[in-house]
Amino acid sequence: MTFNRQTTVAQMRTGERGRIIEITGGHGLTRRVEAMGIRPGKKIAKVSSMLMRGPVTIQVDGVQVAIGFGIARRILVELESK
Amino acid sequence: MKILLMGNPNVGKSVFFSRLTGIRVIASNYPGTTVKFTKGYLKLGGELAEVIDVPGTYTLEPTSKAEEVATKMLKDGDLVINVVDATNLERNLFLTLQLLERDIPVVVALNIWDDTKHRGIHIDVNNLEQVLGVPVVPTVAVTGEGMKELVSRISEAASPPVSYRTRDERWAGVGRIVQQVQTVTHRHHTWLERLGDASIKPFPGILIAALVMLVSFMVIRFIGEGLIGYIFEPLFNNLWAPVMMRLSEFLGSGGFLHNILVGKLINGEVDFFQSFGILTTGLYIPFGAVLPYILSFYLVLGFLEDSGYLPRVAVLLDTLMHRLGMHGYAIIPTLLGLGCNVPGILATRILESRRERFIVATLISIGVPCAALQAMVIGLVGGEGWQYVAIVYGTLFVVWVILGLILNLIVKGFSPELLVEIPPYRLPPMRMVALKLWARILGFLREAVPVVMLGIFVVTILYALNVFDYISNFAAPVVSGFFGLPQEATAALAIGFLRKDMAIGMLSVLNLTANQLVIGSVVLAMFFPCIASFVVLARELGFKGMLAATGIMIVASLVVGSLLNLIL
Repeated sequence: MTFNRQTTVAQMRTGERGRIIEITGGHGLTRRVEAMGIRPGKKIAKVSSMLMRGPVTIQVDGVQVAIGFGIARRILVELESK
Repeated sequence: MKILLMGNPNVGKSVFFSRLTGIRVIASNYPGTTVKFTKGYLKLGGELAEVIDVPGTYTLEPTSKAEEVATKMLKDGDLVINVVDATNLERNLFLTLQLLERDIPVVVALNIWDDTKHRGIHIDVNNLEQVLGVPVVPTVAVTGEGMKELVSRISEAASPPVSYRTRDERWAGVGRIVQQVQTVTHRHHTWLERLGDASIKPFPGILIAALVMLVSFMVIRFIGEGLIGYIFEPLFNNLWAPVMMRLSEFLGSGGFLHNILVGKLINGEVDFFQSFGILTTGLYIPFGAVLPYILSFYLVLGFLEDSGYLPRVAVLLDTLMHRLGMHGYAIIPTLLGLGCNVPGILATRILESRRERFIVATLISIGVPCAALQAMVIGLVGGEGWQYVAIVYGTLFVVWVILGLILNLIVKGFSPELLVEIPPYRLPPMRMVALKLWARILGFLREAVPVVMLGIFVVTILYALNVFDYISNFAAPVVSGFFGLPQEATAALAIGFLRKDMAIGMLSVLNLTANQLVIGSVVLAMFFPCIASFVVLARELGFKGMLAATGIMIVASLVVGSLLNLIL
């Protein structure tokens, strides 16, 4: 499996898969997000996103986590090619 | 001995706790319910051990208030039972490793073990036990499976020498362990998972939410009306009414004491809606008319909570709620408020920031009508036609939104972003639904009813002493000038602070027009919610916060009442 284009979780499309490269932002935020299993190297899938910059739901290790749009913009991913 | 029950949120820790101790606790699918911790006792080899249900935490580096509490509690414990979600080993083991690093004996419970089979997850328990160096027991707290074995192995709890210097090292350690003990086979999505995914997408999620709301309200009404019609009304009419008639005769069918206790006799009989005595209408309204609806409301809400649906509603509504200064999770206290404002305001504790708590609590006390109010509004206005009931509800909703928009602009501070686990749908364990319903009913009886009864007592005496006539004269210009209500309605509105039932009863005999009834109901609903929610408001927001909320309440009800008077 090869990975290519980089983007953020906020910009991913529903149903797309990818691998987390980096979580940018403050130490506190990184810690909170990582504690919920969202870490660099993890494969994720985007389950849904709400309209108007609403929260984004992603699936990591079989668990779904809803994250605010602002946080989603700070999670960098490499998209999985189809 | 002090045993701490620790684990991530949503691992069934509270159910686990109730199995272990047999004590009544509240457990939910959404994180944060146990910020206020629970204590119980477990018999352990002839000795009584204290068991503490520590708030769910993902890490021992505190990132939220609940986690701070959890970390602090760890210092006073003698032993930890680490409850782990077996279907999500990797994330859960991070906390386990942190616990092993501390100098405290640990036992691990691999909970939700039954789900691993459906999910194609295989965990080598013996291997995991060796790698961790502490006992590991598979459990299913909902059915009680494995609980005995867990208790019998508490004595083997150990604190093996483990040390990771950094978070990355610890995560790497977790990765190695998971690779060693767990194999996952591929399997197809179940229909529950498909439904889970569908209900968190804007489409069809919003449609599903609307449908769920509609069905919930129908079920609540059905059960509530059934309880009233078949149980509560017959009890009052056949058992309590004769007792009251005896009392009435004993007191000589009149006089000061008679007026306070029994009230007025209507056509020589006790009328639970119109007599207004402390022991007649005063008892009937909280127990006969409101309690059945509270029961059915919290039963349905408990199902929604424990099935895992509410977090999805929180996500669907997050965008809207942010505009109103809250985040999606604030919908949970708000929904609770529709039953009784007291538990709604208490539940704002699950929210992180003070600002958000203030906004949510204020909005609940002004714009969210409790079961008691709703029953009375429907009784008062429903006779004129359902469109008027709709106007009352619609107005309150618009007030809730607009007030939220305004508060979002003027209240300082920030509301944090959503970051929350969405649990899979699960069949709600009946035992937990029942325990939770019981706890909530007890809460209502303990927290709300005594204050309400006291209010009834005070208002009845003041009424008998004609105090409200003075208030009426004083406030009459506002009531007739702004709200377009007759002067006699003033006393009703003033009494409404302590006795909504009496206020509605007094309005109903004034021969008001439908529009006047609508204005009266809306003002009553917004203005001074009730004495019990006032008390919790002061307790939860502090005296200053309560005064601020009250100021907003007075201004808002004046403005809305006057506007309605102009429009209608």
